[in-house]
Amino acid sequence: MKLVEAIIKPFKLDEVKDALLEIGAKGMTVTEVKGFGRQKGHKETYRGTEYTIEFVPKIKIEVAVSDEQVTSVVETICRTARTGSIGDGKIFVRDLHNAVRIRTGETGGPAL
Amino acid sequence: MTPSRMLRAGRLALVCLAFFMATAVTFADEPPTPASVEVPLVTAVPAASPAATPKIDSGDTAWLLMSSALVLAMTAPGLAIFYGGMVRKKNVLNTIMQCFIILCLISLQWVLWGYSLSFGPDKGHIIGGLEWAGLTNVGLEPNPDYGATVPHQAFMVFQLMFAVITPALITGAFAERMKFTAFLAFVLLWATFIYDPLAHWVWAVGGWMRNLGALDFAGGTVVHISSGVAGLACALVFGRRVGHGSEAMPPHNLPMTVIGAGLLWFGWFGFNAGSAISSGALATSAFVVTNTATAAAALAWMLFEWTYYGRPTVLGAASGAVAGLVAITPASGYVGPLSAILIGIGAGLICYGAVLLKNRFRYDDALDAFAIHGVGGTWGALATGLFASKAINPAGADGLFFGNPAQFGIQVVAVLVSWVFAFVGTYALLKVIDFFIGLRVGKDEEVMGLDLSQHNEAAYS
Repeated sequence: MKLVEAIIKPFKLDEVKDALLEIGAKGMTVTEVKGFGRQKGHKETYRGTEYTIEFVPKIKIEVAVSDEQVTSVVETICRTARTGSIGDGKIFVRDLHNAVRIRTGETGGPAL
Repeated sequence: MTPSRMLRAGRLALVCLAFFMATAVTFADEPPTPASVEVPLVTAVPAASPAATPKIDSGDTAWLLMSSALVLAMTAPGLAIFYGGMVRKKNVLNTIMQCFIILCLISLQWVLWGYSLSFGPDKGHIIGGLEWAGLTNVGLEPNPDYGATVPHQAFMVFQLMFAVITPALITGAFAERMKFTAFLAFVLLWATFIYDPLAHWVWAVGGWMRNLGALDFAGGTVVHISSGVAGLACALVFGRRVGHGSEAMPPHNLPMTVIGAGLLWFGWFGFNAGSAISSGALATSAFVVTNTATAAAALAWMLFEWTYYGRPTVLGAASGAVAGLVAITPASGYVGPLSAILIGIGAGLICYGAVLLKNRFRYDDALDAFAIHGVGGTWGALATGLFASKAINPAGADGLFFGNPAQFGIQVVAVLVSWVFAFVGTYALLKVIDFFIGLRVGKDEEVMGLDLSQHNEAAYS
């Protein structure tokens, strides 16, 4: 099992979510995060005091998938989240040792 | 603050409340006797004929009471949320609490001894006596000197709201770092030893600055210069907030600040037009110039900022509006609409410049009490000496641009006196309080946020 962690531009969330559901993902977890890579932040001015805000708001999507689904999930996210401009984000694929469905106690593949 | 210290502070607060109650009982007022007619005090007009019994005018009274409510709204919620939106989230409740509690404290202080010291029978042109403490002899019949057509208590309660908002303005200077106990002590002492005497000098019959001919229609010197300069003293004595200069401290809720600015603008009509102490031509004139100057100031600040920084900001527009409101305050009963535009533009540009200077000198007047109220009030008081015209208000005077340079000189004196008195007095008060109680919260408490450390509350759960 793998945990696919994708950091994307916030306005892309609906598109990515719909596409993932289409290819069979059963669910996901979404967090609001801040970050930067090559994308620069912006300036804010309050009564003559200027702040450079380096962090850019992003959305992190986490989807737990079986090993067979990893490639298609990663490809789907890339396809739908891409805009071509700096700041599109990154995807990290982590190993998942176990997953448990709390309601029934199922573990492993059936828990996903 | 450690729990045991908190309990000690709480017990001290209870003692102070008991003191208020004792004072109230001591000065327990007799019920007003409607049948009695007060002998009119000597007024400026020589009495060739027997003075007529003052008669209550319902229009004047209605407007004065309404104005009192408007000015209250300027403090709570106006100023409370204007300032509240500008501080960091962890301090918003403390900021709001300070304004709210000042309303409560001064409401009692004024009735018990503040009004008497400010407007009571003059002693040596310096202060009022305590003959009116507990509102003794402040009944519902008009006092010919203080609102000849309204109940005396209406005038008193109107002035109360001014006494409330003045210390509230200072809170902007020491925001985000003052101990609540020290704050309570400071407010009571400042109101009694700085505000009450200054109000007496400028507005009371017998007050020496009033006798000098200083013009201050609604409080440019008494309210704005005093609080603004006091703010400067506070900023210097308190020192900078932890992280100031290196940490970002942007406003946490600008919509709240703009709502506050709107409430201030709305309430200020009571502040300025209400100071006519009558409903009619003068109140209307003050109303119109207040709106005009404010609009001009907001636009001037916005345009200056747009040119200088590249963007017109909402905080700039709101700040410019408040600067205009401040500047027109002393002039509001003496100038016309076109002068008001010039006064407003001056306020927008000068106060914005003062804010930039603050950044240059790097003292931490957190919410610009000095730049807007101190500097704005100074400009307004001096502008009164330039633009005042007897054509607008025959009871005033002509200013420099209307052929009377002497008035400008008098205004300069009034400004200087207010500056020195407010600065030195506040500085001394702060040092005394610092010695006995300590002014600032501890560093950990400041970083944690005053909402939690002083009040055990969080604003947004």
